[in-house]
Amino acid sequence: MDAKAEPLPVAAAPPRFRLNARWTTLLVLAAVIATIPWFFPSGFYFRVAALVWVTALAAVGLQILMGQAGQVSLGHAGFVGIGAYATALGPRYLGLDVLLCLPLGAAVAAAVAFLVGRPILRLKGHYLAVATLGFGMLVAMVLGNEVWLTGGPDGINVQRPEILGWRIRGGETWYWITGAILLVGVWIALNLQDSPSGRALAALHDSEVAARTVGIDVARHKLRAFVISAVYAAVAGGLLALLNGRASPDFAGFLASVEYVTMVVIGGLASVPGAVAGAALLVLLPQVLTVFHDYEHAVLGLLIMLFMIFLRAGIVPGLAALLRRRS
Amino acid sequence: MLAELLQFLVSGLTVGAVYALVALGFTLIYNASDVVNFAQGEFVMLGGMVTVFAFAAGVPLPLAAALAIAVAVIVGLLLHRLAIEPARGASAVTLIIITIGASIFLRGIAQIVFDKRFHQLPAFSGADPILVAGAAILPQSFWVLGGALIVFAGLFLFLERTLLGKAVLATAANRLAARLVGVDTSFVLALSFGLSAAIGAFAGILITPITLTSFDVGTLLALKGFAAAMLGGMGSPLGAVIGGLLLGLLESFAAGTLSSAYKDAVAFIVILGVLFVMPQGLFGRRSVERV
Repeated sequence: MDAKAEPLPVAAAPPRFRLNARWTTLLVLAAVIATIPWFFPSGFYFRVAALVWVTALAAVGLQILMGQAGQVSLGHAGFVGIGAYATALGPRYLGLDVLLCLPLGAAVAAAVAFLVGRPILRLKGHYLAVATLGFGMLVAMVLGNEVWLTGGPDGINVQRPEILGWRIRGGETWYWITGAILLVGVWIALNLQDSPSGRALAALHDSEVAARTVGIDVARHKLRAFVISAVYAAVAGGLLALLNGRASPDFAGFLASVEYVTMVVIGGLASVPGAVAGAALLVLLPQVLTVFHDYEHAVLGLLIMLFMIFLRAGIVPGLAALLRRRS
Repeated sequence: MLAELLQFLVSGLTVGAVYALVALGFTLIYNASDVVNFAQGEFVMLGGMVTVFAFAAGVPLPLAAALAIAVAVIVGLLLHRLAIEPARGASAVTLIIITIGASIFLRGIAQIVFDKRFHQLPAFSGADPILVAGAAILPQSFWVLGGALIVFAGLFLFLERTLLGKAVLATAANRLAARLVGVDTSFVLALSFGLSAAIGAFAGILITPITLTSFDVGTLLALKGFAAAMLGGMGSPLGAVIGGLLLGLLESFAAGTLSSAYKDAVAFIVILGVLFVMPQGLFGRRSVERV
C-alpha cells in the first residue's frame, strides 16, 4: 500500500462484443433522443431534456479524463465557464457571430488545458485533485470579480444565435441541436476508447510505470486526454450559455465541478453511456425532488449515497452486471 | 507598519488554526481508511449550529458546546457505520462521492432542523479588541489559537504516548500488518471518524463568534481544509497543522496587501507552486509505484 490513491477501475469491455457494443450504445442513445419527445406532456420538457444533453456532453468529456485516463479533475467546470463566457464575450468585444464563438471557446479551453495540463498532470491522485480544484476556483474567481469584463457575479447576457437570418429559439429546436451534438460527442468518445490512444490511456490508467516500459509516452497521452475533455466541457459550456441566454460564474464554480465528477462516478466511471446516465440523473433529480420542497437536498444526498453503496461500479455497469446475472 | 503586519499575522493564524483543525480531521480519517471525507466541513457546521441553537434555548454555553461535540461525534460514527462501512472495498472515488452525498444530506437536514439564516455566538470573554503594539486583537482569537493548540498537543500526546494512539499510527502505516499484530482496525476506523468529528465541531464552536455560522459554511471549510492537508502532505498530522496555518497566513496577507477579492487565488497559486516543486506536499511521504 505505497500509493495511497488507488487506481480507478479501468474501462474494459469484452473484446468479442466491442464493435457491437459501440454501435448498440449509439443506436440506443439515438433511439432515446428520437422517441422521448412523444412522451413530453408540454414544451417545458424539451428545455429540461436539452439541459440533460448539454450536461451529458461535459460529463462524457470528463469520463474520457477520469474513466479512461484515470486522472481526477475537481476543476472541470472551469472549462465549462471558459466556453460559456466565450459565447458571451466574443460577440461583444470581437464582433464575432455568436455561433462562431463555440469553436472559439473550445480553442481557448484547449489552449488553456494544454498550458495548465503540462505541470498539473505530473501530480497524482489527491494532489492532482487539489491542483485542478485550484484551477477551477481561479477561473470562477476571475469570472466573478472582473466586473468590467464579465459583468461580475450576476452573470452576463448572451445573444440569441441566428443562422442566415433564422433565429434559433424554443426548447424543441435546442432539444434536437443538443441531442445531435451529444450523439456526435458520444460517438467520438467511444471511438477514442477503442483507438490505440484509448488503449494507451487504459494502460497508463492501470500503471504508469508499466505503460512507460512498453513505450507509451505517458505525459503526452495524459495531456491529450486533458485537452480533449476540456474541449468537450467548453462546447457544453457554450451551448449551456446559448440555451439559457446567459452565462454566470456559477457555471465554473466548485459545486459545478463536483457535480460533473459525481455524474461520471455515479453513472459508471468505466462507461461512456454511464456518463450520460449520470448526467440525466443529476439534472432530473432536482427537478423531480422539488415535490419534497425543503427536503430536496436531504433526499438528493441520500440518493447519491444509496446509489454509490449499492451500485458501486456505477449505474450502467452495475445494472449490466445485474442483468447478466439474471440471464 | 509593524502594527499592520501583526494584525495580519494574528488574523491569519486564527483562520489558519481552523483550517488546521479541519485538515487534521481529514488526515485522521484518511490515515485510517484512505477515505477523503468531504463531509468534514459539516462537522464544523454542526459544532457551530448546535451550540447556537442550544445556547438560544437557554443551555449554558459550555454545556451547549459539549452537546454540539456529542452530536457531531454521533453523526460521525453514524456516517462511518451507515455509509462508509457498507461500501467497504469500493474504489477511492466511489467512497469520495459517498462522502459528498453525505455532506449534501447533512446540509439538507441542517436547513430543515435549524434554518437558513446566519447565526452568531457571543464571544467567550468579551468582544472588545485588545490593543497589542497597535494591532487590535479580538479576545476570541486567543480562544481559537489556545483551543487549537490544546487539540494539537492532546492529539500528539495521544498518538505518541498511548497504546491506542500507537494502534492508530500502526493502522495508518499498514492496515494489514496492524491487524496481524492484533490491532482492532475497525475500532480504530470508528475512533478516527468520532475523533475527527469532535475536532471539527470544536473548531466550529471556537470560530462562530468571529465568522458567524449557517447551514452551508461546511463546503468552503472542507475545501480549504482539504487544500491545507494537501499542502502539508496528505497523511501527515504535522503537515496538516502547518498546511492549515500557512493557508490562513497566505490568505490574510494576500487580502491585506494585494486584493481581498483574490485572496483565495493567491493561496491556491502558492499551493500549486509548492506542489510543482514538492509533488507530495511539504511533509508527505514519497510514494514509489511498484509494478
